[in-house]
Amino acid sequence: MLEYITSYLNSNTTPGQAGNLFWAFVYIVLIFLGLSVAVIAMNWLERKILAHMQVRLGPMRVGPHGLLQPIADALKLLLKEDIMPERADKLVFWIAPLLVVMTAFTVFIVVPFGPTHAVTDMNIGILFMLGVSSLSVLGIVMAGWASNSHYPIMGALRSSAQMVSYEIAMGLAVVSAVLMTSLHGLGTYGVATGGSGTGTLSMIEIVKAQQEQQTWFLFKFFPLGLIAFFIFAVAMVAETNRAPFDLPEAESELTAGFHTEYSGFRWSLFFLAEYSAMIAVSAIAVTLWVGGWMRPFPNWLSGDTWDLVFSLIPGVTFILLGIFAFVGVRRMPKHPYFRIQTLGLAGFGAVLALIGVLLFIPPIRDRIQDIYWFSAKVAFSMYMYIWYRGTFPRYRFDQLMKVGWKVLLPIGIGVLILTAIMGVVL
Amino acid sequence: MQPVATTFFFYLLAGLTVASGAAVIMRKNAIHSALALIVALLGQAGLYLMLYAPFVAGVQIILYAGGIMVLFLFVIMLVNIERAQKEEQFNKQWLVGIVAAVALGALFVVVYIKGQALFPAHTVQLPEESNTQQIGVLLYGNYMFAFEIASLLLLVAIIGAVVMAKKKI
Amino acid sequence: MAPITTLHYLVVAAALFVLGTIGVLTRRNVVIVLMSIELILNAVNLNLVAFSRLWGLHGQVFAIFVVTDAAAEAAVGLGILIAFFRNKETVNVDEVDLLKW
Repeated sequence: MLEYITSYLNSNTTPGQAGNLFWAFVYIVLIFLGLSVAVIAMNWLERKILAHMQVRLGPMRVGPHGLLQPIADALKLLLKEDIMPERADKLVFWIAPLLVVMTAFTVFIVVPFGPTHAVTDMNIGILFMLGVSSLSVLGIVMAGWASNSHYPIMGALRSSAQMVSYEIAMGLAVVSAVLMTSLHGLGTYGVATGGSGTGTLSMIEIVKAQQEQQTWFLFKFFPLGLIAFFIFAVAMVAETNRAPFDLPEAESELTAGFHTEYSGFRWSLFFLAEYSAMIAVSAIAVTLWVGGWMRPFPNWLSGDTWDLVFSLIPGVTFILLGIFAFVGVRRMPKHPYFRIQTLGLAGFGAVLALIGVLLFIPPIRDRIQDIYWFSAKVAFSMYMYIWYRGTFPRYRFDQLMKVGWKVLLPIGIGVLILTAIMGVVL
Repeated sequence: MQPVATTFFFYLLAGLTVASGAAVIMRKNAIHSALALIVALLGQAGLYLMLYAPFVAGVQIILYAGGIMVLFLFVIMLVNIERAQKEEQFNKQWLVGIVAAVALGALFVVVYIKGQALFPAHTVQLPEESNTQQIGVLLYGNYMFAFEIASLLLLVAIIGAVVMAKKKI
Repeated sequence: MAPITTLHYLVVAAALFVLGTIGVLTRRNVVIVLMSIELILNAVNLNLVAFSRLWGLHGQVFAIFVVTDAAAEAAVGLGILIAFFRNKETVNVDEVDLLKW
């Protein structure tokens, strides 16, 4: 048994490929924990960042600077009454949030946090992710139907029509990126002499292809990679029903759309699934275009000293966060009522600084590199999501469908054709 | 990697698929039938994965479960399903239908068992790491003509569906 | 338990085919008849993919074409259903008898 557990540590493949069920299970538990922490952090970050963009403060009361607000929200949702509408279809009402959450979590099997840090590396990685995330449309349609009330049905139909339309644009952008994996040439316009080889759909191999071609696919065949990334960035915001495409769940338009009749824990499942889906499609965007787990400038700034400098950045990030927390402590009011909050914030800052110091230790430093850069890029993408929500007005539904079908789809097809032509001609 | 617990997963997935198939034809509520069909399709995708066909499994999940079933659910919501639920669900000739279909199934099984001598002795090596690449080579090599005809077929289907569903042509 | 051979998969496919045929022959709701047709197509697909383990990848390519055709057929069939429903307000197969003598 111990032999089984330790035999994986010497191999350099993912647990799925090594056939090691114990480590696959460990990775799955880590993903669950990481996703939960990420969703909780996203809740707090979204409210604070939106508030600061709107020149107000956001939650400040529950913990120091509102840090315990997500926990209060979670407690509230767990303790709320579970309402089921009277003539709702009980089986379908019960299954719908389960389906949405299961699909949102299942896609994380193939998300690569590092060259061997995925649960498994399927041969059809990106196809699997797109397919399973398209199953969430079914959950939304069922949720709207089972509520037996007209706001949810309209919200569900609109939401699913929107998601299906933008899935097509997403698929075309993904196919352009997958085409680029077959080129095997170096640099921005490089194609292998003697024509291109075979590409790959596997997520880890796509990042390795970017590593081999020494360029992010964002800059490959400039500007085609950039346009493909732009199409995917717009389509992924529409796919997850976020602003500015959030008509199906906007409060001023449709009460709450397809999850109007859901309360308490069932609603929190939808919320969890929405944020997990956001992280999942950001992970796809990061893997396909921005280089996945690679650190910035692996070829320009190569060599041992630059490797050392870039490997110190994770620790420096956490120490900076700790310093921000301590600056917040200094700015707290000096009133005895605020003593607990001040202590809490100081403790939080100390924990962050401690994590930063831990990340300086060489064995941990080497292992954490890939995961850190991948998470940093996904976190940047999450920040863009929140920025879009604070900046853009909402699209009307017919404008939304027009953008999906008449703008993104033709541009996507154009980019695909041009990528294919350049791959053959160059 | 070596497959693990093949018999358990096969019986689980096969049982799930067949039970959901039975639920498709037996439920009164069309939405429940559609849900059962989704479960059957997903179970089938699992069976494809056991048969070392990951690409077909991915295509099944995206197209069948994620595309066709959304279409079915939309149409079920559009037509007035409440009234249909109160009517008689099965035909007058249901017994004859069941007997005929079961006889057909028994004939299939007899043919399979008798014909087992014709199966090749050992299975072909289907490596999972290059399944997509090999299917791509076949699809764009031997079956290029069928591929283009399939795209024409989809174009005809799109035009047909749009014309059928319009209020005024 | 005996090891799982191709015959096991073929029996599952035959069972799905029988269930789909029973659905087509006995149900009165057009949508459920169409779903039973999808079951039949899935049974055929399972057969093809099971045999592709013995004979090579051609079975899987054929299965992909079958899925494409099933999508096209489902779209057109449901379009016809909507067009008919708009005229006659029923989804009952027995009442599709406008051309009967």
